[in-house]
Amino acid sequence: MKPFTYERVTDPRAAGEAVSRAGAKFISGGTNLLDLMKLEVEQPAHLVDISRLPLKQVEDLPGGGIRIGAQAANSEVAADHRVCARYPVLAEALLAGASGQLRNKASIGGNLLQRTRCSYFYDTAAACNKRTPGAGCAALQGINRIHAILGASDACIATHASDMAVAMSALEAQIELLEPNQSTRRVLIDDFYRLPGNAPHIETVLRPGEMITAVILPPPPPGHQRYRKVRDRASYEFALISVAVIIATDRETITTARVAFGAVAHKPWRSIDAEAALKGRPPTLASYKAAADAAMRDAVGRGHNDFKIELAKRTLCRTLADVTQISIGRPS
Amino acid sequence: MDTSTKPAVVAVSRIAVTVNGQRRQLELDPRTSLLDVLREHLHLTGTKKGCDHGQCGACTVLINGRRINSCLTLAVMHDLDDVVTIEGLSAPEALHPLQAAFIERDAFQCGYCTPGQICSAVGMLAEAKAGWPSHVTPDVASRHIVLSNAEIRERMSGNICRCAAYPNIVAAIRDVCGGVSR
Repeated sequence: MKPFTYERVTDPRAAGEAVSRAGAKFISGGTNLLDLMKLEVEQPAHLVDISRLPLKQVEDLPGGGIRIGAQAANSEVAADHRVCARYPVLAEALLAGASGQLRNKASIGGNLLQRTRCSYFYDTAAACNKRTPGAGCAALQGINRIHAILGASDACIATHASDMAVAMSALEAQIELLEPNQSTRRVLIDDFYRLPGNAPHIETVLRPGEMITAVILPPPPPGHQRYRKVRDRASYEFALISVAVIIATDRETITTARVAFGAVAHKPWRSIDAEAALKGRPPTLASYKAAADAAMRDAVGRGHNDFKIELAKRTLCRTLADVTQISIGRPS
Repeated sequence: MDTSTKPAVVAVSRIAVTVNGQRRQLELDPRTSLLDVLREHLHLTGTKKGCDHGQCGACTVLINGRRINSCLTLAVMHDLDDVVTIEGLSAPEALHPLQAAFIERDAFQCGYCTPGQICSAVGMLAEAKAGWPSHVTPDVASRHIVLSNAEIRERMSGNICRCAAYPNIVAAIRDVCGGVSR
């Protein structure tokens, strides 16, 4: 690990100035950053510890939403009774991620900013535009089984690794940010993340010195919520495909639907196309297949990951069927 | 900003942590992981280094009662925290119930992952007692957790055992928590 200097800030207003020096980074739970520092993928010259800032609360908001402090532990948010009762898709997504030990340490803000699990990003001997802009992308012609099928570019086919952010995308979460000049702004989670384009090293719209202070969840939309994760191991593994759905039906018609996929793109992938295909249709397998086709219309495989397109469709159909309690038979 | 309140930037960090009930003063390179402090500075070698990347759980300790991977945290971030390692769970002549159950159930072969398994189980049982759901809990809003074998396996999935003593680890934990065998 490269040497660095360390300081802890105790006032959120001091964070922006502290992180403004050359090579400085925030550290919160550290579960991703320290891993990458050991591998020298990340080489901060200065760490600003924000883990003890008073930003750990989960608070009810007027109007029925909640505000989750950015320094709250993943495990505490997953166990919060308001989250479990009103936003179960978020609790399920958090609990599908990492391990008990990691969830106790990892913060909500840090989860949002975790880096990709692309093995070429981790391998400092491999070409990676995300790690070294302009170096090329070894994943394009490499082992790309876990890589993106939507929204990728010839510069980067990495995926975002978070489960939590997928549920937050379906919930239309807003990210609350504190700028160094002490002004705050809120960004819808889908606008917070960037697609790779020609600059995959720029992953979010965060400005220099800006810090995540909270995640705002609007009141939950009507209907049943579910997070489903498909992976190589039953537990403690990143997703091959995941999906967050929120769906409401009125007798024989789907009245509202929210759909977001994980592990398919550089960001959590809200599928407005799937939602439009579901709304007003009957809750049947035919409707679900049409929505799945709509969601994956623009999907592109890179070889090893071709299977993820079909897997994403089947995962969405199975999850919608489970939530609306219709029988579609055994997985074929 | 008032410079008198500006935090000092340090290349050598001084911290005080309570480890197994004892206050310890340390001067550290900020790069030092909590795991390396325990093993190399305090000579508490019960906590093991497996992968050193948060993938195996051998380094699990309790911080302020919560289980974490000590390899993936900087010691300097734990000033004034309370750390409990496997050495702090019990005296040799009076084993912690989980230690006794691991022996009774033969819940290890090589034993390298065992301290992490036991510290993790201590933290896990407290989480279940507090009503925390898991990935396999049918309804996350239910506050009543029944520690079935599936629940124990899921909650302990952050601890890898390369000897694959898993069935006996689950049985040992079940013995202690009075969980149901299914």
